[in-house]
Order: sequence, then structure tokens, then C-alpha cells
Amino acid sequence: MALNRKIAYINLTTGEIEIKPIPLDIRKKFLGGRGLDAYLLLNHSKKGCDPLGPDNPLIVSGGILTATCASATARTHVMAKSPLTGLLGSCNMGGFFAPEMAWAGFHHLVIKGKAEKPSYIFIHDGEIEIRSAEHLWGKTTTETQWAIRDELNDQEVKSMVCGPAGENLVAFANVMTGIKNAGGRTGMGAVMGSKNLKAIACRGTMDIKIAHPVEALEYNKRFIDQITSAKVNKTQGTLGTPFIWGATNSWGGLRTRNFQYNQCEYADDIEPERLDEICEETVGPYHMSGCFGCQVHCRAQYRIPSGPYKGAYDEGPEYTSQGAFGAEPDCKSAETVLTGNHLVDQFGMDNLEVGSLIAWAMELYEEGIITSKDTDGLDLRFGNDEALLEMVERICYRRGKVADALASGGIQASKIFGKNSFDYLIQVKGMSNLHSDERATPALALNIATSSRGSDHLRSRPAIDLYHLPENVLRRIYSTPIPYDGPLSSEHTEYIGKAWQVFWQENCYMGVDCLGICKYHTTFLGATLPNFEDWPKVLYYNTGLEFTPEELWEISERCNMLERLFNLREGLKRDDLEKGDMINHRYFDEPCLRGAPDVVGTSIDREKFVKMIDEFYEHKGLDKQGRPKKETLKRLGLENEPSHLL
Amino acid sequence: MDKKDKVLMINPEKCTGCRLCELVCAVKHDGSSNPTRSRIRVMKWEMDGVYIPMACQQCQDAPCMAVCPANAISRNDELNRIEVDYDKCIGCRSCVAVCPFGAMGFNSIDRRVFKCDLCDGDPQCVRFCEVQALEYVEADDVAILKKHQAASKLHATSQKVALKDA
Repeated sequence: MALNRKIAYINLTTGEIEIKPIPLDIRKKFLGGRGLDAYLLLNHSKKGCDPLGPDNPLIVSGGILTATCASATARTHVMAKSPLTGLLGSCNMGGFFAPEMAWAGFHHLVIKGKAEKPSYIFIHDGEIEIRSAEHLWGKTTTETQWAIRDELNDQEVKSMVCGPAGENLVAFANVMTGIKNAGGRTGMGAVMGSKNLKAIACRGTMDIKIAHPVEALEYNKRFIDQITSAKVNKTQGTLGTPFIWGATNSWGGLRTRNFQYNQCEYADDIEPERLDEICEETVGPYHMSGCFGCQVHCRAQYRIPSGPYKGAYDEGPEYTSQGAFGAEPDCKSAETVLTGNHLVDQFGMDNLEVGSLIAWAMELYEEGIITSKDTDGLDLRFGNDEALLEMVERICYRRGKVADALASGGIQASKIFGKNSFDYLIQVKGMSNLHSDERATPALALNIATSSRGSDHLRSRPAIDLYHLPENVLRRIYSTPIPYDGPLSSEHTEYIGKAWQVFWQENCYMGVDCLGICKYHTTFLGATLPNFEDWPKVLYYNTGLEFTPEELWEISERCNMLERLFNLREGLKRDDLEKGDMINHRYFDEPCLRGAPDVVGTSIDREKFVKMIDEFYEHKGLDKQGRPKKETLKRLGLENEPSHLL
Repeated sequence: MDKKDKVLMINPEKCTGCRLCELVCAVKHDGSSNPTRSRIRVMKWEMDGVYIPMACQQCQDAPCMAVCPANAISRNDELNRIEVDYDKCIGCRSCVAVCPFGAMGFNSIDRRVFKCDLCDGDPQCVRFCEVQALEYVEADDVAILKKHQAASKLHATSQKVALKDA
């Protein structure tokens, strides 16, 4: 059963491997997945450890429901101290890796040390071996995966790999599995590279016994019906995440030319419908693919239609690639977006970070802060598609002054570029923002400011705030499982009640990340999707464990607090622009120039924003500086952390 | 409805490769999540984005039935399926060796062969496949459905040509 999945401690320096069960009381406190990863990270890392040194533990996991008869339990979570931010490193990806690891007997891996030579870990039915990866070093993400399958003579092996970017210690190198499933953010690929660890390969044939199989099957069917009947998921299943682009752009919520505008004009070639046409023309009418057990099937398949990479197969492009290779650098060709997406997939780099940093460099180039001398003659102006794609490659291989600086992350690069370059950098805690523009949406601004892994939309974003839902509907969602009778507003430009929504979403997303379920299956883009009230059933049918919705909420709160404790230990300070819960001054000082009437002219009100953070801290049980109060730690049972139980 | 002549129709084109069919098959039959227990398996060519579910075709002249030295495999006309009588089966795995589709499996945990039984007329893989890459249809209808699919491609092409000419 799921509960007998084990944890393995693998030391790459000594080759020692220790396998332990995960005690039930630990499960009841942290469930699994990201929550238990946070516990392991806090307990197995020392304050101030070098993110690219052997002491930084790389933690890989599936959720407690991974590979069970619940819907879309495909997610792999990876955690370590981040080489990009120096704070919490954490990323999450779909695909088929975590289920295979669960069938091979494991839910969590804690990888320490550094291998003497390039190596990979092979896990199969309870056994773990460390093998040479010297022949794999330098290979792209897909080449590596197929080479491992051929070597092991088993096409069912699933691997999580780093690409050339990870080997080159690019601070935002990602981990990848399959064609395009990426644990994108915070540079976990670089942590792999720093350990000389090219891949983790899994193959499992061990049963995961379902506690109540008949009920689990029937409940799963109802769950799936609920999920596939949500219009948002139907649209995702046809157009993929690019569907978000249409409404967001016309409304004025897209960062364009770094942060100069909030709308990308004349970009018909990268509209979702146009990208869908290309998928249809190059792959055929049925061009969507899905992660393990998921009926949303949001990954589009395509071949690059023209240019130097014509005919290359890939998947996506996600909404994030439209922003990274479209709006932010102000490039408007489908070929560029699809090629950029392909390059980062092959190199193993975070598309969000790459696109955002190049757009930043383009603005610096325009402002004369960096010049063509710094770029070795590359004309790094906005709208130069060729320069954009050239920079993607240069960053991966750290070629030239500007690319090498960018490869170290925005804050490091700003110190190299000097002058006032930092003022133009759209980041929080050292991680670049998604290409969304939060100036008209204070709730979303609060979300990126306080997200535990830096500027990010997948940690606490109340995305449904944009739907203008009636207050009674909002209240129904946001006052379970914990009663809330404070203010709530349907108006996205408001500040009242938003701190509670962000706090609620933070717990909701931690919940799915502990379960190992995709966020498209909870209250993220769809307001009607399952959350705390539904999870106890699916947990009980699959694992036999009984929880109340309130208990699951408390687990989520506890795990979020662990991440907070880690960040505080590593130097988080409330107002610090580099390591704090604070957004760039441009959000306050530069009003939106484009968009709908409720967007144009808006900016974030600094005073109200600060008050919103105060409220958010109160909900979380933090003091004014953002540190947990004693009674909060006691309530969550965290007063003795690190407790070294596992 | 008379389920006598119903068959599992696989439309690989529509498959998204999610493998939910494998999961529900194993859970329904064995109460465990484990693809190696599944009667249906999705074979993949990931670099081409091609996914092909493979399952028992319930052959009319079934090689597994012909090769079985213990006469343990027979055709059930009521459910239009080939089935294994475990009281007679000696576990020699000859059926596994001869199946041209790899549809007869051997489960090394329970030490016995296994194959698709169409869930006694309510195949769970079909029930859960939202994109209808798997369908449970009258055997007589398969050919006309396939004809229609092939014809709609011709139709789409001729429409494109007509548009070009216009």
C-alpha cells in the first residue's frame, strides 16, 4: 500500500544508501510530497549551506496519493536550498516519474554529497544502485532519457534528468522528465549538476494496494466527471494553458517589454487559436497528451513549422512560453515561441526565468546600462527574435559576459551590470516573476510577494479573484474548512479580504502538493473544483487513513510554516528587496499604460499593500517582521524543529 | 442491450497516453495500482507523440486457445471473449509466448497468466477513457465507424482543395 513506500538516503560521496520506512505519525503530521520534503530539508540541511555544495540535500518525492486510484497523481516534487535565491528551492512537475518511483518502492529520496564522476541513480523494485553517467554528460534532456532506456534495455524506465544547463550550473536550470515536464523553478537542475548527478531512473513493478478499491474506483469516476465538466478544464484540454493568454492579454495583465507595458499588441501569431492550428497542421487533429491518470490532457503536441529547427517535435508551449518568448521580449512570431520552448526543454532550463531575464537585459540594453560591447556585438533590443534565441543558447553554455552573468540569476547579474540595473529587475526573493502583471490585482501582487519560493503564481495565487464571483460564492469557497467571517470582495482591484484569500490558497496548494495531485484539479483556475472537503474521502479510500478537512488544513498550515522557518533561517527579512516579502518599486511607481478601463492607470498602493502584508502575517500567526509567534509554533507542533525524527 | 457481439475498439489516434486505463484495470481486477497487473497497456513513441493502447483482441481463431496443452482456454460466446479456466491452467505460459499482441500476461506476484475479460461486459478502461480512445461497440459497427473516420479525412482534404481553388 501507499503507506509502506519508503524513504531512501543516498550519499553520492560515499556511495552509502540507507532505506527507512516512513512512520505513521510523520504521515499524520506532514502527509508526504512537498510537506514532508520541507520537513526533510529543514532537518537535513545546515544553516548557510552552499546551495551548490555537497551538503545541500536534494530531496525528490511523490505525494501520499501518488500512483493510487485518485485522479492525476502524477506530480513529482523536488526540494533543496536554491542556487538562484539562496532560500527555499522547490519545484513540481507532471509526467510519469513519481508514479514509477512509487511502484519501485519509494516516496522520498534524500540525496547528499557529490559523486566523484558523472553518475546516475537507478531505482528498481526496492533496489538502488549508483551507475556511471560519463557517457551521458553533455546530452540533452531527451537524449539522456532515451540513452538510459537503451542501456538498461527497458523502454518503461522513467527518468528525471538535468540537461546541459544543469551541468553548467545555470542558477535556474530545471529538472525534466519526458519531453516537456519540467520542475522548472529555483534551479534544482543546477543542484543535480553540482552533485555530478545526471539522472534518477526508476522502474517499478511493486503493488500499491488500494485500501478500499471499489469505493476508490467509483469515487475516482465521480472526481473525474467533476473535473472534466469544468469549462476551464475542457478549454485546457483543447488549447492547453495558452488559452489563458487571450483573456489576460486583451484585459491588460501581461508583462510586455520587461515591465514597460501590460499588454502585448499585434501578436496574432501567438494567440492560442493560432498555436492550436499549428499543432493540428503538424501533428493532427488529436494533438493533446496527458500526464499519468489525468483526463485534463493539457499538453499540446507540435512540430516546429519553420526555421532552423523545422520538424522538431515538442510539447507545450505553455502559457509561460508565450510570455517568455513572446510578450516579455516583445517578439511576436509563433516560430520563435515554439523554438524557444524547444530549446529550454532540450537544455533543461526554466522558461519563465530565461524569458524574464533576457527581457530585463533587453531593457538594460535599451537604457544603455549594458552595451553591444558587453553582448559581443549581439543587438539585444526588444523584438529581436534571433537575438532572443541566441541568448537562450548562450545562457545555457554561459557564453559571453552578459549571458554568463544572467546564468547566475538576476540579483547576481545586477551586481555585475551595476548602475541602477537592479531597479529594472522584476523579481521577488531573487526569482523572476511570471510574465503576468499584477498592478491591477493587489491579491496577486500579495501572492508573488509572499510566495515561499520567490515570485511565483503556483504557491498562493487566488486566480479566481479575476472572475468577479459574487460575494456569497467567494464566501462559500473561502470559509471552509475554517470559518471566516471577515471581509471579502468580488472586485479584483480591491485590497480588502485579499490577505485571507492568499492565505487560503497557500494552504490549498500545499494540500495538493502533499497529496501529489495536479493544481488543475483543485481551486486554482476553476472555482468549482475539489479541495479540503473532498480530500478526506479520496485519502481514506486509497490509503485507509482518516482525516477531517480541518486536520488537512492544519497539515497544510504546518508545512507552509516549515518552509517559512527554512527561509527565515536562511535570511528572509520582511522588507528586503533581495530576500524579503517585497515587490519591485515599479509596481508602486509606474501605472499600467494599456488595457481595459479597470486596468489602465492602476498601480499598487504602497500603504494599502503594506497593510495587506500585515493582515496576511496575522492570518499565518506571524509577528510584524514575518516571524512565527511562539503560540503559532506550539499550535502547529513545530516548537521543537528541527526535530530529526526522520 | 444484447452484449453478445460487443468488442473493444481502440482508436490510438485519440489516446493522450495518460494510462488511466492501466490504473483502473489493475484496481478493478486486483485491488492494486500496478501497471504490470493491467490487461491493457499503452505503448509509446514519445518523440513522435504516438501512444497505442494494446489489449486482447478476443481472436476468433485464438493462438492462445490453440496452443494451450491443458485445454484451459476457451471462447465464451455469451461475452464474446476468450477466457482462462484457472482450475485447468498449468501455468506453462505457452499462451504468453504465442499471442501476437502480447495481450496474455504472466503475473510473477500471483504466479499465473492473466488477460482481458472485458470486465464481464462493462470494461472499466472504456468507462474511464474520457477522450474515447477506447470504445465498447457492436462488432458489426467497427468497420463502418472506421470507414467514417477514414472518409472524414478525405472529406477534410477535399474541403481544403476546394478552398484553395475558390
